[in-house]
Amino acid sequence: MADDTISTKELIKEENLVYKKSKILTDNEFHYCPGCGHSTTHRIIAEVIEEMGIQSKTIGIAPVGCSVFMYNYMDIDMQEAAHGRAPALATAIKRLLPEKVVFTYQGDGDLAAIGTAETIHACNRGENITMIFINNGIYGMTGGQMAPTTLVGMKTSTTPYGREVSLMGNPIKMTDLIVNLPGTYFVSRQSVHTPGNVRKTKKAIRKAFEYQALNKGTCFVEVVSNCPSGWKMTPVESNKWMAENMLPFYPLGDMKVPEK
Amino acid sequence: MTEEIIIAGFGGQGVLSMGKILCYSGVMEGQEVSWMPSYGPEMRGGTANVTVILSDERISSPIINSFDTAIILNQQSMDKFESTVKPGGLLVYDGNGITRHPERKDINIYRIDAAEEATKMGSTKIFNMIVLGGYLKVKKLFKLESVIKGLKKSLPERYHHMIPVNEKAIHRGLEIIKEVATVN
Amino acid sequence: MEEFVLMKGNEAIAEAAIRAGTDGYFGYPITPQSEVIEYLAAAKPHERTGMVLLQAESEVAAINMLYGGAGAGKKVMTSSSSPGISLMQEGISYMAGSELPCLLVNVVRGGPGLGTIQPSQSDYFQSTKGGGHGDYRLITLAPASVQEMADFVSLGYDLAFKYRNPAMILSDGAIGQMMEKVKFKPQQPRSKKSPDWATTGKTPDRERNIITSLDLDPARQERFNEKLQAKYKKICEKEVRYEKIQCDDAEYLFVAYGTSSRICQKSMQMAREEGIKVGLFRPITLWPFPYNEIRMMSGQLKGILSVEMSAGQMVEDVKLAVEGKVKVKHYGRMGGIIPTPDEIVENLKQNIIGG
Repeated sequence: MADDTISTKELIKEENLVYKKSKILTDNEFHYCPGCGHSTTHRIIAEVIEEMGIQSKTIGIAPVGCSVFMYNYMDIDMQEAAHGRAPALATAIKRLLPEKVVFTYQGDGDLAAIGTAETIHACNRGENITMIFINNGIYGMTGGQMAPTTLVGMKTSTTPYGREVSLMGNPIKMTDLIVNLPGTYFVSRQSVHTPGNVRKTKKAIRKAFEYQALNKGTCFVEVVSNCPSGWKMTPVESNKWMAENMLPFYPLGDMKVPEK
Repeated sequence: MTEEIIIAGFGGQGVLSMGKILCYSGVMEGQEVSWMPSYGPEMRGGTANVTVILSDERISSPIINSFDTAIILNQQSMDKFESTVKPGGLLVYDGNGITRHPERKDINIYRIDAAEEATKMGSTKIFNMIVLGGYLKVKKLFKLESVIKGLKKSLPERYHHMIPVNEKAIHRGLEIIKEVATVN
Repeated sequence: MEEFVLMKGNEAIAEAAIRAGTDGYFGYPITPQSEVIEYLAAAKPHERTGMVLLQAESEVAAINMLYGGAGAGKKVMTSSSSPGISLMQEGISYMAGSELPCLLVNVVRGGPGLGTIQPSQSDYFQSTKGGGHGDYRLITLAPASVQEMADFVSLGYDLAFKYRNPAMILSDGAIGQMMEKVKFKPQQPRSKKSPDWATTGKTPDRERNIITSLDLDPARQERFNEKLQAKYKKICEKEVRYEKIQCDDAEYLFVAYGTSSRICQKSMQMAREEGIKVGLFRPITLWPFPYNEIRMMSGQLKGILSVEMSAGQMVEDVKLAVEGKVKVKHYGRMGGIIPTPDEIVENLKQNIIGG
């Protein structure tokens, strides 16, 4: 090492620090593709848990899909669910340990296809849990197949000529269904493709965790996200495509907020 | 002593609860008991039957195909179970709705017109207790007080005010059962 | 002293569940075992012990509720009947793969498919040989009376927690629907402590707990499987349970479990009245199966009749046990038909003694 280089230790001084990894994130490197919204959403959840000081009472449920290894990155107690069943696990954990904070983290295949029954019924019973739903319109982990939320005309490995409604049916707006269920207390749809949207998403996720203590019902946050690998785009292109194509169909904003 | 009984009739006649009271009466006297119902859609309005075994010893099979006693409360059950009474065994039946009376010559046959009597007494619900009384007249299985205790045990508490009426029905059954034919 | 009460097998399981200190029951109604959840609903377990009771949206959800609850270190159970248990197989495999304890009850009805609602024993393979995917085993207890339906609840929990493995009570519609007298153990308090592996919230004094069956590294996954197999071997060595009835002088043997064993007892009495020296061997644990105990009898026997309400499933284990040293045949009825004591005696005479 040459004498004139600055060591990391010298560089990171309190006064120089503008960003710090949350203590709730482990030192394991994310396996996510560059530009993927999962990483950002994980970070937001970790920050919310840290800021709320609830590490010792939080239990998370990881899904099957790209975020199957979520438990490698979060320094909290976690359970890995079978595909689609996270809300069932969370239901039992919360009912058996009502003082704890319980959340699920699921992708579109997990939450809106194979686990539709568990999703709808947990929300309809009003389980006092927080559900985070990552919707990127594709099956990332298995190599880019059609998801229930894949847009009409969108190309995937199982819709190579684009999703055609007459053959493959319509994309499902899961959060629009859920918002109508009497068991839900707070429902919001956000995204993480710009710094401003990241801030809004964090606010929504924080509320979804805070409201759990009220025991008033399910808190549900959809994060519309991208899949650069599955969509075969660069991260920048994918965010642009998402804003232009996904967001008109899945518009952002709070969809159900507690009455003041 | 072992007594193997089939009680068979329509759903709603109190077949299953009669079996339960018999079992509880046995429990009151320290016996081993088993109660094996037919179940399923037939429970819901069609035919119903229950196999009851009372014994001083550990009961082996709760499912058997010949019986010491058959208590028969409709024609379908007569057709099905008359032949299953062991030679020398007992058949008790209610004549109401019976078009073909029992024909066996090697068993003891008693008739009790409990349905008619229950109507006279003003409650069709006590029908099964009249039959039970009649059966206990012929087979003196337990002390009457064990039966009353058994009745209490098998009825939810909210029905305990019905016990005197049921007790009266049992007594009426003792009085009205009629011998049709006996072999010993 | 607790007194005897008269109860259906299904009801006895439910009452025993409350008394065993169950933390949560999650289930979906199906004939012939709906009395379990109905009894629990009427018994107000939440008031009695704080026990959680939930009717799930499906058997699939119910078994995954067990996964979540067991992962949180709680005593959890479900009950169902054959088609419902088939739906749960994925979850059972996951629980075995995550080493989670739970109590499962299968009140078996005839199959395959929707089949019948009448009693059967045709889920023996499913319970003892896998059912779900992967190299796992399910501790399987076979009650033959209403009393055992009650007693095996706490036994099932003990074994499940001792070995961190799902345990199943494999009953059938006859024992579920039958009433006998039963005496219950006094109320056990629900456990206040959690196992150290449970997900209860990571406190500063320990590493985070993770419940998962996933490991993509084949070498590590193989080591994990070896660990599971070592556990199963230990269960085979230590937890075999069975009952022998009039076996001392037996020249012939019935092997039967559950309802069939009750019927065979009657058949045995009838055969012995005719001078046939037949005994009854009743496996109580179907897995681990009492291979050694049956093998040890093979020297004294001229033939074995394995009696099941199936096309012949357990008979394969009986044959494995005696290693060809004794003639073994199967007799059974299917589709919800219960064999009668005399047809079993007749079969013994024709196929074992005369055959």
